[in-house]
Amino acid sequence: MSKVFEKSPAFFDTFERKPSMQKTTHYCPGCGHGIIGKIIADQLAELGLQDQAIFVGPVGCGVFIYYYFESSAVSSAHGRASAVATGVSRANPDAVTISYQGDGDLAAIGTSNAIHAANRGENMIVFFVNNNIYGMTGGQLAPTTLIDQVATTAPYGRSIKNDGFPLRMAEMMAGLEAPTLVARVGVNNPRNIRQATKVIKKGLEIQRDKKGYAFIEILSQCPTNWKKEPKEACEWIDEVVSKQYPFGVFKDLTEEREAVERPCKRVEFAEVAKQLGLVETAASDSKQLEMAHDEMHFKFAGFGGQGVLSLGMMLAQMSMQRNMEVTWLPSYGPEVRGGVANSSVVVSKTPIGTPVVDNPNVLVALNRPSLEKFGPLVPEDGLIVYNSSLIDQIPADLKCKVYALPATDLASTVGTVKAANVVVLGFIARKTGMFELADLEVFLCETFKKPALQEVNLKAVNAGWQAAGNL
Amino acid sequence: MKKLVKGNEAVVIGALVAGCDAYYGYPITPASEIAHAASEYFLPLGKVFVQAECEIGAINMVFGSSSSGQRVLTASSGPGISLKMEGISYLAGAQLPCVIVNVQRVGPGLGNIGPEQSDYFQVVKGGGHGDYRNIVLAPASVEETYRMTIEAFDLADKWRTPVFLLTDATLGQMMEPIDICEEPTQRADKPWALDAKASSNDNLVTSIYLDFDDMESHIGGLHEKYRQITETEARADVYGAAVPEIVLTGYGITGRMLHSAVDELEKRGIAATLIRPQTLWPFPSKVYQDTVKPGVPVLSVELSRGQFIEDVRLSLPGHQVKWFGRVGGNLPELGELVEQAEKCLEEASNV
Ligand code: SF4
Repeated sequence: MSKVFEKSPAFFDTFERKPSMQKTTHYCPGCGHGIIGKIIADQLAELGLQDQAIFVGPVGCGVFIYYYFESSAVSSAHGRASAVATGVSRANPDAVTISYQGDGDLAAIGTSNAIHAANRGENMIVFFVNNNIYGMTGGQLAPTTLIDQVATTAPYGRSIKNDGFPLRMAEMMAGLEAPTLVARVGVNNPRNIRQATKVIKKGLEIQRDKKGYAFIEILSQCPTNWKKEPKEACEWIDEVVSKQYPFGVFKDLTEEREAVERPCKRVEFAEVAKQLGLVETAASDSKQLEMAHDEMHFKFAGFGGQGVLSLGMMLAQMSMQRNMEVTWLPSYGPEVRGGVANSSVVVSKTPIGTPVVDNPNVLVALNRPSLEKFGPLVPEDGLIVYNSSLIDQIPADLKCKVYALPATDLASTVGTVKAANVVVLGFIARKTGMFELADLEVFLCETFKKPALQEVNLKAVNAGWQAAGNL
Repeated sequence: MKKLVKGNEAVVIGALVAGCDAYYGYPITPASEIAHAASEYFLPLGKVFVQAECEIGAINMVFGSSSSGQRVLTASSGPGISLKMEGISYLAGAQLPCVIVNVQRVGPGLGNIGPEQSDYFQVVKGGGHGDYRNIVLAPASVEETYRMTIEAFDLADKWRTPVFLLTDATLGQMMEPIDICEEPTQRADKPWALDAKASSNDNLVTSIYLDFDDMESHIGGLHEKYRQITETEARADVYGAAVPEIVLTGYGITGRMLHSAVDELEKRGIAATLIRPQTLWPFPSKVYQDTVKPGVPVLSVELSRGQFIEDVRLSLPGHQVKWFGRVGGNLPELGELVEQAEKCLEEASNV
């Protein structure tokens, strides 16, 4: 005599992951979960996918799904199974990733994660067990609870006015482009179980073939919280629940979809270095810069868009290439929008403490508010370069040497006002004695690869250099 | 090979050098450059990068990939870290290694995008539910951000625990050179990880233990681990005078500013010493106890209104510790710090 019903080999023989009563499940008598588990186990075994399967458990009555399946498993926070499954699937491209979620989990607290996993077309199958109630927590209202259905948090029945309409997740998921398979099935009678088995098998095949996302909503009976006998609960699904949640395959693109491979590679350092664009430079033997002080503080300030951030960066970069310690700090907060952007640069022969520049040795002010704000902070032996193209009045309380450099005008004569910051770079390089013109030219040619840009910037830096000789 | 980068980019480069496999995150100022750099570098290298639908999604993707044995990184700033806290509690409970970066901004609420250090309690003392700890590293420069990111992955693997890197808007946005080379890293064997193989069929990653006794022994195990971490991993940078008249202390960017303050005080003939914790949990209490002699005043500086100082005081029972700080996005000026130190010294000598 052949066996017509036996424990699936995809289940453990005894449920060792369960703390007690290791021969029985934790489900109530007549619960749909047990049937669903059996179908999944049978189909995993039939398709030979048990070892590849990784289960992601939810919070709710499905929380202990891992008690039963002899596969690796992870339990997730309430509602997060689809996000956890995304991480599992990306890390294990060859796995059959199974997210098993109830209606509170997937359709209330975790809706966003569920929809976005579907929308990315993750390689995973989601079993959405819809019994239109919170099971384990004690019969509270679910997003899927039927209109007028009584729940422990809807003692007068679900009202549209207070609770909105029952949520049809399968229909929502089917509206997305990415999912490969979206269906709603039942496990309340032999006919529905046969159909559910077919659909679940197909969903698992999609996973085997890496053809993307499958969403299978299963109307499941919860006799305990429905307060119905098991048989009555099964009948209620046909008579009432399935009217709100019709059975069907809403979307099936299995035939036309191709396998989606998402790489997850480990690489050698050499490959990382190449990706980062690291190149061995010969700079290590070049001389340190000559500066007025062992540590120089610079402040570059102006309107946003005048290139004060990149001016600071250029100085920092060039100084770094000459074996100096450098820091570059952009301005922050409301002043960025209020007209004054600035960057602070410290260049030093020794390790730098604070990167904040309170009293700059060199101030470049490209607009009037910056000159007014920072000018008085420059000490007597410092220097200020201001943009005389835009500033006609200088504050009375400046203590140090002040140079009027028509940076914007000079930049405009070489082709673009945008190069005003490079004009300034040429100017301060010469005034501080930190760099030679040739150093600047080499640096600009390395920085600007396009010939047209190179030409403009070389002209701009020369204009600044010349101006520094004349002023 | 030297590269001039922002602190935020240094995190990603450190992660790559440490062999990080995956990045999951959500944009937020002032941490977004981490996501920018991760997307730029991870995808072409065939590594995983996903911009998640939300912070909660991101941390749970971290949970999934970490369960699978990957080295995983995520980053955010205060408001985003608040959202991630649920997932971080689960990661700690399930003993999953990962690296989480908090580039602190101003709070509470939306606050603003300037620098603060007001997430100290959130990150160092918990933030999520339950009785857990995370290792917290606090770099003070871009180079240290880079080094500590590499180290964070090793610590996470070694102790099977989430590791925080606590920076701030200033450290994240500022640029400094980092020296990038191949670095030795200790990637742990993870026989417990989820895998698509028969050999891992028995593997289960979870933080739930229904049986009270099982749960109690799980928590006991966690705390035995925390005890070992406290004994072995706490450390601080001590700088300045061997016999100080005053001790200054602060972490991260504040610690770095105090470094300059120590130098400035020395110029004025005042022997000062800086204690800059590099681990905030475990807190290097012993360094404080060894460095601070009875009667020597301590000035504790932070960009928040009295969070960090609690751990300083706990480390020095009965000792007078004075607070100073700026908040709202403001950084103290060097002159301000020196002045505060001098005031503190004066008050102490008047006692
Ligand atoms: S409460 Fe309902 S869903 Fe949960 S196990 Fe019992 S019958 Fe099944």
